Amino acid sequence: MRDVAIIAFAQLPSVRRDVTREEVELVQPVVAAALAQAHLRREDVGFTVSGSCDYLLGRPFSFVMALDAVAPWPPIHESHVEMDGAWALWEAWVRLQAGDIDTALIYAYGKSSLGDLPEVLVQQLDPYVVAPLGADAVGLAALQARALIDAGRVTERGLAELAAARRRQAADNPCAQRRAPRSADELLAEPYQVAPLRAHACPPISDGACAVVLAAGDTARRLVSSPAWIRGIDHRIEPHQLGMRDLTASPSTRLAAERAGALGGRFDLAELHAPFAHQEVILRDALGLDDGVAINPSGGALSANPMMVAGLARLGEAATRLMTGQGRRAVAHATSGPCLQHNLVCVLERDV
Amino acid sequence: MDTDVLSAPYVLEYTYQRSTGPVIGRFLTALRDARLEGVRTSAGKVLVPPLEYDPETGEATGDPVEVGQSGTVTTWSWVHAPRRFHPLDRPFAWALVKLDGADTAMLHAVDAGTPTVMATGMRVTARWRAERTGSIRDLECFVPAGGASR
Repeated sequence: MRDVAIIAFAQLPSVRRDVTREEVELVQPVVAAALAQAHLRREDVGFTVSGSCDYLLGRPFSFVMALDAVAPWPPIHESHVEMDGAWALWEAWVRLQAGDIDTALIYAYGKSSLGDLPEVLVQQLDPYVVAPLGADAVGLAALQARALIDAGRVTERGLAELAAARRRQAADNPCAQRRAPRSADELLAEPYQVAPLRAHACPPISDGACAVVLAAGDTARRLVSSPAWIRGIDHRIEPHQLGMRDLTASPSTRLAAERAGALGGRFDLAELHAPFAHQEVILRDALGLDDGVAINPSGGALSANPMMVAGLARLGEAATRLMTGQGRRAVAHATSGPCLQHNLVCVLERDV
Repeated sequence: MDTDVLSAPYVLEYTYQRSTGPVIGRFLTALRDARLEGVRTSAGKVLVPPLEYDPETGEATGDPVEVGQSGTVTTWSWVHAPRRFHPLDRPFAWALVKLDGADTAMLHAVDAGTPTVMATGMRVTARWRAERTGSIRDLECFVPAGGASR
């Protein structure tokens, strides 16, 4: 395998609703900032790939309009995934393995505020036996939370304490959306959204964008002083019918972690894409992370959850911490689909 | 900041028809007849709702199997404020229901009235609509077993 590293990461502060900027205007500043960090000109980028979702904008091929942010003329080598940007990074990593190019730009954007997000997310479900029921993401996540509570793995108070801890961490992250400190008691006083989940155990609705630059081998070493090397990366998926899965476990995360070399290793920090508080418990167990690992120092997706962005941001946040000396080894995770259906695991490492 | 924002209504929809195929199509047709059908995998498991392929092996699934109209709740959540696109217009539970004779659970609503009635492991039974069209919503919802059914 060819050594590939994350060498730059830029993101917008997540907001509940950005009414003044279109998608392309969200992407342009993060692309410019990431390229500047990487000391690259846009014409030097070997491959460009983005992650976004047409359903958010309600328009087919909406990613084409965002392409103006990378000024694709003369023509560039470009691709897109209708997924979180973490899977765009996966495609770029695979593309870099071919060996003929040395750099890749990945960006992701999501204006989750444009429609009624729970209603929009119904469109991602099985169109025959689930979507016609109007099963929204919070209702489905609440089924998973109940199963975890029934199994004795977490309590409602435990979820509130976890959410309070993420808020404390998010206070140090200027790009996070939920940064006001709240005690677990205050959070437990909130009404249920869909029981057993209260608002604090669910993600905020966020608009945002982020960009990452990958570089291979000596190019990465030449461009930045401390690349965050991708030591392993893999993604796995589970059946789309919720009733065919054990919702209290994440075997796809476990398998991806095994393939990525993330099991049994020592990590300084983990960035886990857990939009719902109980999912962090499931992921921590699937990855075998102990109390010595700093979990979601950025505040995680409970603090800012721009659709299609929050997964790639986990990889970017973890890499940034390594590049700035806040740890040597990290595991980053991204998820897609209802109740952690599809999971990507990435092991990142800084040279000693 | 300029807050004079233009807006326009937009309807999110599929504007084309899809074939449901031999397995899902058969399941939906059975719903029209107020029956619940699954499919048997080569390992002998009964999947409800059915799939054309066994998610564990990728093999084609086999014969259809009729399952019971009642089942057991494996997990549930409580919707205090139903949305306009939900199956019921009053507070209800989402539940995964493992029907008698099935090895997997299916998602649907439970019209329980109050969350205090709900519990993992409780028994529920199907309530059908009078007018059925071959849709998952022909099954109006589940109700606690022994409760009123229309």
